[in-house]
Amino acid sequence: MSTTHHTLRERLAALRGPGTAPRPLDARALAALAANPGCRRRALMDAAGVDKGAVAEALGAPARFGQSRFAFSRGHAFEARVKADGCAELLRLLGAEGARAQVPDLAAAGPEGRTARTRLALAEAPRGGWTLLDHPLLAVEVAGSTVFLEPDAVAVAPDGSWTVVEIKSFPILDGAADAMKVGAAARQAAVYVLALDAVEAGRARSAILLVCPKDFSNLPTAESVDVRKQLAVTRRQLARLTRIEEIAAALPEAVTFDPAAPRPELTAAVDAVPAAYAPECLSSCELAFHCRARAREADAVDALGRALRSDLGDLTTLASVRAASCSTAPTADPAVAALRRAAALRAEALAAATGGPA
Amino acid sequence: MSLMNVLARAEAVAAGRAVPAATVRHRRIAERPLVLVPLTTAGEAGAPLGAMVGTDRAEPTLLVVPQPLDRELRFAFFAGLAAAVLPVVDAYADEVETEPATKNREEVEVCADAPQIVVPNSAALDYVRLLGRSTRYLRTVEDPDAPHPVPVPVPLLGRWLTHYAERARTPGSSLLVAMTELLTRHWATGQSAMEDQHLGALLGWIDPPDGLDGGSAAARAQTGRGPDGLLLSPPAGPATDPVFDNRVLAPALERYDAARSAGATGPMRVAEADVRRLVASQLRPTWDDVWHGVDLLRALPEGAHVEERWKRDRWSFTGHRDRLRAGEPPQPRRDDAVTAAQKLAGRETAQARLYAQEALDDPLVMAARRLAGEAFTGTVLSVEMTWSEGRRPMPRPLLTLTTPDLPQADPATRAYRALPGAKSAQTAEVVSLTPAPGVPAQRGAGGAPAEGPSAAGGGPAAADVPPAAGPAPAAEPQSGPLWQVVVRLTGGMGTGKTPREGSVPEPGDRVTFTLFAHDQRGGPALPEAEATPWTHGGPPQARETAVPEAPDTATAEDFL
Repeated sequence: MSTTHHTLRERLAALRGPGTAPRPLDARALAALAANPGCRRRALMDAAGVDKGAVAEALGAPARFGQSRFAFSRGHAFEARVKADGCAELLRLLGAEGARAQVPDLAAAGPEGRTARTRLALAEAPRGGWTLLDHPLLAVEVAGSTVFLEPDAVAVAPDGSWTVVEIKSFPILDGAADAMKVGAAARQAAVYVLALDAVEAGRARSAILLVCPKDFSNLPTAESVDVRKQLAVTRRQLARLTRIEEIAAALPEAVTFDPAAPRPELTAAVDAVPAAYAPECLSSCELAFHCRARAREADAVDALGRALRSDLGDLTTLASVRAASCSTAPTADPAVAALRRAAALRAEALAAATGGPA
Repeated sequence: MSLMNVLARAEAVAAGRAVPAATVRHRRIAERPLVLVPLTTAGEAGAPLGAMVGTDRAEPTLLVVPQPLDRELRFAFFAGLAAAVLPVVDAYADEVETEPATKNREEVEVCADAPQIVVPNSAALDYVRLLGRSTRYLRTVEDPDAPHPVPVPVPLLGRWLTHYAERARTPGSSLLVAMTELLTRHWATGQSAMEDQHLGALLGWIDPPDGLDGGSAAARAQTGRGPDGLLLSPPAGPATDPVFDNRVLAPALERYDAARSAGATGPMRVAEADVRRLVASQLRPTWDDVWHGVDLLRALPEGAHVEERWKRDRWSFTGHRDRLRAGEPPQPRRDDAVTAAQKLAGRETAQARLYAQEALDDPLVMAARRLAGEAFTGTVLSVEMTWSEGRRPMPRPLLTLTTPDLPQADPATRAYRALPGAKSAQTAEVVSLTPAPGVPAQRGAGGAPAEGPSAAGGGPAAADVPPAAGPAPAAEPQSGPLWQVVVRLTGGMGTGKTPREGSVPEPGDRVTFTLFAHDQRGGPALPEAEATPWTHGGPPQARETAVPEAPDTATAEDFL
């Protein structure tokens, strides 16, 4: 452990850069982190609240994604509609049409305060009636640091069980929705269920309520989505994350991810933490383009996809793959033998195609 | 990803541009394809922003919705799309040729050709399906009670788009194709399969502009931005670049809304022209990219079986034309059990057919099958004539071959060989599989076939591979051990006691056997729809009494 920084919090603040406000980690980021638990770079920068987008910009490899304000306003309008009139629509979708629900005020100062209010509201929710928590705040411990999460809503049923409500603006068309988007929503909701389990284990239901517009309208409809699988995966992946202290301790004292730092210094800082790049990162991590450039410089096979590695055994660079494919020395490595065979067959086929009758 | 593909991608990285993944073109590219590039409004399911469509690359029809949240403007877009697409469809509907009668069916007519629709990527293909779904139930001006009627051809457009999108689920079909899928089928790039979904990047690898290598061209297409902050190569849709939405499009839409609500016709026209120009600026690069892809694909020779598969597409087109002419209702939201099972079985058959045909048409695909042990190419060492037992002895010649391939075949596995000029494949069965004696040595006593190719003598470098018709075993590419396979031919030799001429290979011939069948038979017949068992929902309502699918509920305010 570092000697100058007494607590992890101080150390992370120094990594973030003086005077930079931490960027809170949300469930989406957590789900993405859980999808790639081997990436220390992402784990550390997320835990420190570094604005990865700004860092990527400063490194000259800006992220491609952002949100269109059309999608943003549509999402908000839809959520407002679901929660209008004391959440009447939401109650209907929960199967309690016509019932009334308590909607406690969760406002408080600071995330700690709001988390405390949420805990209190969950504890005080009366049995026998519905209580709906609009944007509660939950805390979960990830790799040694606290992350605050804000689900769209949590419903407390008359039997005392808790249901995570996830409101999305992609449609459920003729009873089916885009599988990729449902999958992403389920992974995100699983993180909320985990956070509720930290409040009181066993109260949160593992089936979440996914609320979406029906067909081409703006009328809400809902489906119950079983997230047990996502829960198990996320729980296991989060447990596998290397503890942030260990990653931080392995870094030199002066390292900082301040986007205002000079580019060579920032580049060196980012590269000081090992990453685990895969093409999937491109759709979920702001730093992906930087990591991709590094993976390509290193000629790593990972840059072409994760699935490749299983076929290639010890061969981790593309140069070694090509070398193996045209090597002639006797080998006991089945990957090398197979590559050689593949190269011979490929060359034979291409020669047949160009030399054969046109 | 197959090992062959991994190797091709590694080669592409070293070469700095894409390398062939096929030596022939496996899909039809029509003479005059209809290219359709749709754009959608972010976050809205059924609100198109615009489209470029047409069969003439120099003069695309531009359709733009100046305010995607306005129902009337959306419907005007659908009408414009119908006016662009339906005349093309109609042009093919009446030119027919006659299929002669067979013993199972009478003489029928089939359209001589069918219109092909090309979209930029698979997301756009899904969007065509969505457009079809959102328009096929709309009520038209012919319906006096319709609250928000659309022009008459719009539901018809929806039914055609739905049909095309359904057909696109059949493997190997070419009625509706996504350019990214066509290009990735024929070239391997130096990036991941996920990155290949970006049309601009994909084309950057396949045909980089002068002065750039594939990697830099792809990077420029993915992230290169101009001084205005907009992408040099906008996404191929249907989603737009968020920066474009936020920085340019949203203010333009606001200007349009303001002018419209103020009732100022002049400023409204100006604002509308602005939106049109902006949307066109996002569509045009993709439009050009799709045609660029068409050019690249046309340069490849067409595979031998493509015509046969295209004929099935023509059948599909003709079938839908007939259903429309017979006045059948639009496709249901969900298929009934028998239709769904039939579609699934048809697609499975088409998949197996495509799998076999691509290998037969393309040595590079066959190479991948050989690597996987599903086919083997070898040189005939000897032919021993034998005959079957029974009253009429039939020829059953035994072929001994040497091959560098290791077929995953147990004795008695059926094998197939394409016979030139014959309608169906020659059948055979594998009799034995042993390491070839003498060549190359070094194999231990336990050299059982199951061990797979492993340590054995040096092979020549890839470039020294001999031409296809190597006369002797010594000319085989020796990148591993050789195997000796004994195969018994069981068919394709005519009905006489002596095999038909040319049906049995001679020593020294190079032959390829596959372990997969070349022709596909459909599975067992499914019951008639009227006989659907209760376990599957029972018979659907009789067609005459069936209530047509209700249109989507129209809400008083336009919620989109």
